[in-house]
Amino acid sequence: MSTHADSALAHHFESFEQQRTAASLGMWLFLAQELMFFGGLFTCYLIYRSLNSLDFAIASSELDITLGGINTAVLITSSLTMALGVKAAQLAKKNQLIGYLLATILLACCFLVIKYFEYAAKFEHHTVPGQHFEFHVPPDLIEKFELGPERLVQMEKRAEIFFSVYFAMTGLHGLHVLIGIGIAIWLLFPASRGKFNMDYHAPVENFGLYWHFVDLVWIFLFPLLYLLGRNIHA
Amino acid sequence: MSAHTDTYDPKVNYLNTDWSIKSWLLTLDHKRIAWLYLVSISGFFVLGGIFALLIRLELLTPQGDLLSPDGYNRVFTQHGVLMIFLFLIPSIPAVLGNFLVPLMCGAIDVAFPRLNLASWYIYTIGGILIVIALITGGVDTGWTFYTPLSSTYANSQVMFVALGVFIAGFSSILTGLNFLVTIHTMRAPGLTWGRLPLFLWGTYATSLINVLGTPVVAITIGLVGAERTLGLGIFDPALGGDPVLFQHLFWFYSHPAVYIMILPAFGVISELISAFSRKRVFGYSFIAASSVGIAVLGFIVWAHHLFTTGMSVYAATVFSALTMLIAVPTAVKMINWTTTMYQGAVKWDTPMLYAVGFLGLFLIGGLTGVMLATLGIDIHVHDTYFVVAHFHYVMVGGAIMGFLGGLHFWWPKMTGRLYPESFSKVSAVLIFVGFNATFFPQFILGYMGMPRRYHAYPEEFQVLNIFSTAGASILGVGYLLPLVYFTWSIVAGKKAPENPWGAMGLEWRIPSPPPTENFVKEPVITDAYDYEHEILKEQIEEIARDEAAAVPSTA
Repeated sequence: MSTHADSALAHHFESFEQQRTAASLGMWLFLAQELMFFGGLFTCYLIYRSLNSLDFAIASSELDITLGGINTAVLITSSLTMALGVKAAQLAKKNQLIGYLLATILLACCFLVIKYFEYAAKFEHHTVPGQHFEFHVPPDLIEKFELGPERLVQMEKRAEIFFSVYFAMTGLHGLHVLIGIGIAIWLLFPASRGKFNMDYHAPVENFGLYWHFVDLVWIFLFPLLYLLGRNIHA
Repeated sequence: MSAHTDTYDPKVNYLNTDWSIKSWLLTLDHKRIAWLYLVSISGFFVLGGIFALLIRLELLTPQGDLLSPDGYNRVFTQHGVLMIFLFLIPSIPAVLGNFLVPLMCGAIDVAFPRLNLASWYIYTIGGILIVIALITGGVDTGWTFYTPLSSTYANSQVMFVALGVFIAGFSSILTGLNFLVTIHTMRAPGLTWGRLPLFLWGTYATSLINVLGTPVVAITIGLVGAERTLGLGIFDPALGGDPVLFQHLFWFYSHPAVYIMILPAFGVISELISAFSRKRVFGYSFIAASSVGIAVLGFIVWAHHLFTTGMSVYAATVFSALTMLIAVPTAVKMINWTTTMYQGAVKWDTPMLYAVGFLGLFLIGGLTGVMLATLGIDIHVHDTYFVVAHFHYVMVGGAIMGFLGGLHFWWPKMTGRLYPESFSKVSAVLIFVGFNATFFPQFILGYMGMPRRYHAYPEEFQVLNIFSTAGASILGVGYLLPLVYFTWSIVAGKKAPENPWGAMGLEWRIPSPPPTENFVKEPVITDAYDYEHEILKEQIEEIARDEAAAVPSTA
């Protein structure tokens, strides 16, 4: 109990070991919760994709694969800097930790800026769901799949479902990136005071877990939204 | 914990250590947070009860005279939303669970005390949003928010309710997460999984559903919100979206939510029956495992809510069979409880009256559930009062009886006061009688074809509806009584001893009310169900054997 005088150990825990196990288990359960949260959206995607396979493929070929690809690289790199940051926290290397946290924040901001340009292009092309939604199937595809006028109208409506799912999924993911930036900035304060060491680094480690999860969601989003059915023009 | 022993003052407990309002609203003590929840859920229960009263008054006569058709829709929606999301779901876990989980674990607090307080604030914000919707005009979608009614046609207040439910959902996710981590990492040395009190097993199973199920309804309701505010069209049939997909996602959580309400009650009943039968609970491991079994099975039965909505006959058959399967672990529990009572020295204290009432009512609720799982019958009675009666038998006859039984059992521990035994017995009987009078006629009405959610009905249904309304007034008095005598007992009740029931649980070996730090000495874990003193006898026999072994050498 003498360790209770140490501010890093909360009074209701017996040892650092117990505190660390609790924090870690709590975070994994939170991620399980997040998985189910995104899971609902992924279910919507899967069902609509399987019902409207061609419609989704045609609508998805409108997405900018270059920007999406760059963003994938950016996010994976940010996962690397975060992993290195966790290591630095465990070794109590204060300056390294601050550097890696800043790099992660920078990359995350970079991701959101690129996302902003992607969204802006969709507003310009009227592919944002709502009153002003417009979608035109490219002429070569109308020919290729021999789409009649009725099917064409239906397809241009179904495209709105695709873009609804697209905005819901990338929007929710973007929100998670934004929250992640907030937490990383908040972590900079205890990090700059050198609070993290071998015994106490759960906040950095748990944020790392969160960040890898956000990254992992994108690893699924990118192929599902951008890549599947990309060969439709070929 | 030795540090606290030196400064321990038996006159100071968690209630009187600080009287300021701030000390309550910013408390990190799990026992005080339990009180915050108790006060909030009681408020919402009274509010939900008033709406129930309005429903029963309207249905006293066949024609709609008290409420307009639209007003009636709003009233039953508010009744459902308040009772399910703001009362039943948090009732046992957030009140009794918060109070008992650390005590039964032999811990000072839950794993994340600040998160625990935050959960209450999140719950309160959700509750306030729902009340705002209620004051500004109410919502008429039913508590199920089916699309496209909720996404396209309903008034804007539905957004407040949806946001309130979304936010309150995160309160139960975080509470569940907190309990899971507490039970995993904070158990005192010696408290193995096989010794865990059954209340904790019930809480554990509930928390699993909370953490894994609630996020799905959160995203679903979030999508309805995005559909209304941002113009996304995920469930909009005009765009080729599927409103039935909403129903699937909604029930993926909301059917397990029934087990969120009933599993903690199972936990309470297991404790009560063992304590008042003075007998070791029969089939401990079966009761524990069936709780987890129900939690797991509960996730794969949701589509029985959609039998009439349009589903392939194969899917319907599979879901029908899976739903019936859930009766197995439930029956295992019922049989174990009755076997616990068999040849026990049963004491008829108030908590036991509730426990026995629970057994009877839940049996009816459960068996009619099997009836509803049968495809043919379900199609006949779907959306009739039969279904209404069934789920009230489960949620009110099951969950609320469990909650009240548990509250009566642990009240002396929570407050350090005893409630008047005679009044409490009267109220237990009134609730049992009133409940049956209210809801049993509804089984018959439903079977005869009276649909739910209408403000008017054909005249031939009136006699049974009068029965039901009369029963509801008895039930109302039954619920008001505890509110009065519990409040009275806090001020003027007799002082409670440490262990008024002679129960064996860890929580009964600390003062009533407990000190802030829960345990004055390091808790020593023994068997929570050793009512026949088997373990004590074993120890005595062992000593006797040792002595006997020692004697011959001298003889």
